Amino acid sequence: MSDAPSDLRYTKSHEWLRTDEDGTVTVGITDHAQEQLGDMVYVEVPEVDQEFEAGDACAVVESVKAASDVYAPVACTVVEVNEELADAPELVNQDPFGAGWIMRIRPASAADVEALMDADAYLAYVESEQH
Amino acid sequence: MGQQTPLHDEHLRQGAKMVDFAGWDMPIHYGSQVEEHHAVRRDAGMFDVSHMTVVDLEGARCRDFLRLLVANNVDKLRDAGKALYSCMLNERGGVIDDLIVYFLQDDSFRLVVNSATRDKDLAWIGRQAQPFAVRVTERPELAMVAVQGPQARERVLGLLDPDDRERAALLPPFFAAALDDWFIARTGYTGEDGFEIMLPGDAAVTLWRGLEAAGVAPCGLGARDTLRLEAGMALYGADMDEDVTPLEAGLDWTVGWEPQDRDFIGRAALERQRAEGVPRKLVGLVLEDRGVLRNHQKVVVEGVGEGEITSGSFSPTLGRSIALARVPAATGERCQVEIRGRLLEARVVKPPFVRRGEALVDV
Repeated sequence: MSDAPSDLRYTKSHEWLRTDEDGTVTVGITDHAQEQLGDMVYVEVPEVDQEFEAGDACAVVESVKAASDVYAPVACTVVEVNEELADAPELVNQDPFGAGWIMRIRPASAADVEALMDADAYLAYVESEQH
Repeated sequence: MGQQTPLHDEHLRQGAKMVDFAGWDMPIHYGSQVEEHHAVRRDAGMFDVSHMTVVDLEGARCRDFLRLLVANNVDKLRDAGKALYSCMLNERGGVIDDLIVYFLQDDSFRLVVNSATRDKDLAWIGRQAQPFAVRVTERPELAMVAVQGPQARERVLGLLDPDDRERAALLPPFFAAALDDWFIARTGYTGEDGFEIMLPGDAAVTLWRGLEAAGVAPCGLGARDTLRLEAGMALYGADMDEDVTPLEAGLDWTVGWEPQDRDFIGRAALERQRAEGVPRKLVGLVLEDRGVLRNHQKVVVEGVGEGEITSGSFSPTLGRSIALARVPAATGERCQVEIRGRLLEARVVKPPFVRRGEALVDV
């Protein structure tokens, strides 16, 4: 069973969101997602100040196996990207909820973030997807 | 649920992620494809390749039959046990499959063909064999385990009884020997030394566990693919198919042009193409920008034309993305590859990229 910290929000496309004290939100892909994709070899992050609508493809994670889009979980502006992934894409595998974060965003609305799935709902969703 | 090999339960026990491959449930990896890749380059890894199709040929005219059936010349096979890699072509010179021919005795040869092409291969071989009265027998009861890597042979030899061990230890590269009901070949699909062992299915678990106890890492089809790509070895269905000739797939070296009167199937078409000029060639690419080359991406050669990546991935040994690509014959040393709408720079190289653990291209 994959891990899903209880203080995060989740999407059906397997991104996680952590709201920081300043109201910005850190985004990555879940443990389940990295496990499905396998060994990461390349991560293409967006540019700072890029704006996205919810559901826009905004980053790409590539494992040995395949390339997979990462979607903007809510309407947002990118405020920071994880530069370390350029040389260490494996951080996404090793620490998906920590050092493997992909970008920090400013959501258009904090309520959009709150409306996403909590950990229990996400784990139930993953479970249902596998059957 | 697909067909299962005799090692299916072993894969589940060892934590394999199973996928469908040509109708078979096969392990793609056991946790980390990259770690498995490195195990083969640095030490030893084992692959369950029991899905591959083993076909035995028997009859006085076996050799005559093979002179017709395959593009490489089986008359290169003079010593018992010698193996030969070849393509089997249609009349248009397109590749029906690639295979290995093992010469056992004058009236007995063994072929190993791909599982994804099993049905059409058996039909084609059976049809062509008829006039030669060659008996074609599939051997689905055999399992097949490939043990590959610098330590692979040692690990296998340690499991054999003394007589078999001596015979297996003396096998030169690309030779095989029958050891009772086992068949052990010094062949592989990784660019490393090692053995491919064909054995009765009910003996496979004991071998697998013995190798596991000897420290051989179980490796899935994922690592098998990145290893063969680094080794510059073509994959049927990706790098060549029935609409591609060996000359367009980097396999010129497998065509036995001599003697000129050996009229193998597809020869006339190949001769014609060679005379007219081969329009496309298979080359290696090393991506110089960041990113990952993938099958079917467009290759742009400035002032020359366009091509396509036939096998692309990340090379764990080189830490770069590499590919095999079919490009116009006039392609020089550089090209660009279109990835998500952007043109990235790539260098054209001659495969292999890696062999026997050594990088053969600059990165």
